[in-house]
Amino acid sequence: MSKEVAILGVGMHPWGKWGRNFVEYGIPACQDALKDAGIEWTDVQFVSGAETVRNGYPGFVSGATFAQALGWSGARVASSYAACASGATSMNAARAQILAGLCDVALVVGADTTPKGFLAPTSGDRPDDPDWLRFRLLGATNPTYFALYARRRMELYGATDKDFAKVKVKNSRHGLSNPNARYRKAFSEEQVLASPMVADPLRLLEICATSDGAAAVVLSSMEFARKRALDPVRVVAISTVTPKYPNTVIEMPNFATDSASSVPLPNAPFRDSIAAAAYEEAGIGPEELDLAEVYDLSSALELDWCEHIGLCKPGEAERLLNDGDTTIGGRIPVNPSGGLACFGEAVPAQAIAQVCELTWQLRGHAGERQVEGARVGLSVNQGLFGHGSAVIVRK
Amino acid sequence: MKKRVPAIEGWFSLDTEKPHLLGSRCTSCKSYFFPKETLFCRNPGCAGREFEEVPLSRSGKVWSFTNNCYQPPPPYVSPDPFVPYAIAAVELEDEKMVVLGQVAAGTDASELKVGMPVELVLEKLFEDEECEYLVWKWKPVSQAEERSHV
Repeated sequence: MSKEVAILGVGMHPWGKWGRNFVEYGIPACQDALKDAGIEWTDVQFVSGAETVRNGYPGFVSGATFAQALGWSGARVASSYAACASGATSMNAARAQILAGLCDVALVVGADTTPKGFLAPTSGDRPDDPDWLRFRLLGATNPTYFALYARRRMELYGATDKDFAKVKVKNSRHGLSNPNARYRKAFSEEQVLASPMVADPLRLLEICATSDGAAAVVLSSMEFARKRALDPVRVVAISTVTPKYPNTVIEMPNFATDSASSVPLPNAPFRDSIAAAAYEEAGIGPEELDLAEVYDLSSALELDWCEHIGLCKPGEAERLLNDGDTTIGGRIPVNPSGGLACFGEAVPAQAIAQVCELTWQLRGHAGERQVEGARVGLSVNQGLFGHGSAVIVRK
Repeated sequence: MKKRVPAIEGWFSLDTEKPHLLGSRCTSCKSYFFPKETLFCRNPGCAGREFEEVPLSRSGKVWSFTNNCYQPPPPYVSPDPFVPYAIAAVELEDEKMVVLGQVAAGTDASELKVGMPVELVLEKLFEDEECEYLVWKWKPVSQAEERSHV
């Protein structure tokens, strides 16, 4: 039995910072995705919502919140939370329903409104919650963790602050013409390096902002798509793996890694295992990719991801970047959308937005940021508390 | 003088000379945990439900580090004005794990290197009218001290 599902439609609300109700962003994204799919809302049998935890109860039950806002139709519903990986988890829930034959058409949506500044833990004294404690006892923000990875890269592989700045420069150019991007401005290496240091060695222009935004996709069975004589972009893999014990890389929001004192290390570290599971499911390898959308929470992290998804060996991502391989027009463009560098992070929408971009690219509808002849794309991200997220789509 | 109390109970010993982080160890598979695991062993191949409290190695080597240049949001209690400070991830050799901590006052991130030996100290995290709240921090071991440890 085929494990593929069709991407019938995609839609996004532009990323920005307006502080409005997240539903205001999500509904236009849903409507665009439905229109793109050529179906009516009432054709949707399953609504899969990626949750937002910063918008009260309606955010926790986002699937139902959107089903109600679009007009109760009796569709079945589920909501999932997996931090930054919520989008992948909610797409996977929809895919499972379709592949199990429980429905033909599903709508997946994620939308968020974020506060200004650092993402902070949920309010109230919660000394049993590591996410609260890491702020309380260490003042360890998300950029603190990004910076630990960046510094380690410098010390291990000789990466420089110029290399990191070049990632931002590349992505800022990629996103220039993207109508959904929040930041559409080309930055120079000098401008990046002149921006204030936030978490050494990472500067303000190298750390993704927190944004408002929304993304939606309509998934269907291949049979449903074929009946409409469509030749859709297909989802051929979704990886939502967790780490294998012991995970010896320090991860948000933890104070410590697992101990490797009595159990041998797994074959692959967690981040490598995320894409590996997707490749295995799709039956392809990284050499077959035409483009990738990776989670550049920081400029340096994009370099890590290039290695984790197998575009090159550890320590070689700087060369890939400096040779222009990851620029549009290069061998394997990375973040042609502009990535988080141009979008900022709208947590539950992010993994869905990555798939929207891959879909536009594979359809040849990406305008000035088009990756010529793109047929296979991968997106990857990670949510705190051990959530892997990778999706492979192909034409 | 204000009373000195831990910012969190049970995470470290209050020995001001040679403090230790307090972890737990599964009595079946001997895996270490910090903060303490007390209910179910997280090793998927172990059904252990008994743990002993163990002091963790009080010295290790820097895995990576950063300088927090912007004031973290609450619940971090920040001095006013905010002063940037370093955070280090430190590898403990025996436990084969990496533990985060602030870096002791007076050490700038520019003085740190991956692989550098550090040891645990207790320092003030914040204070209120009655108490000073203590937390563990990592402090570079001077070469002389390092020799004396051998």
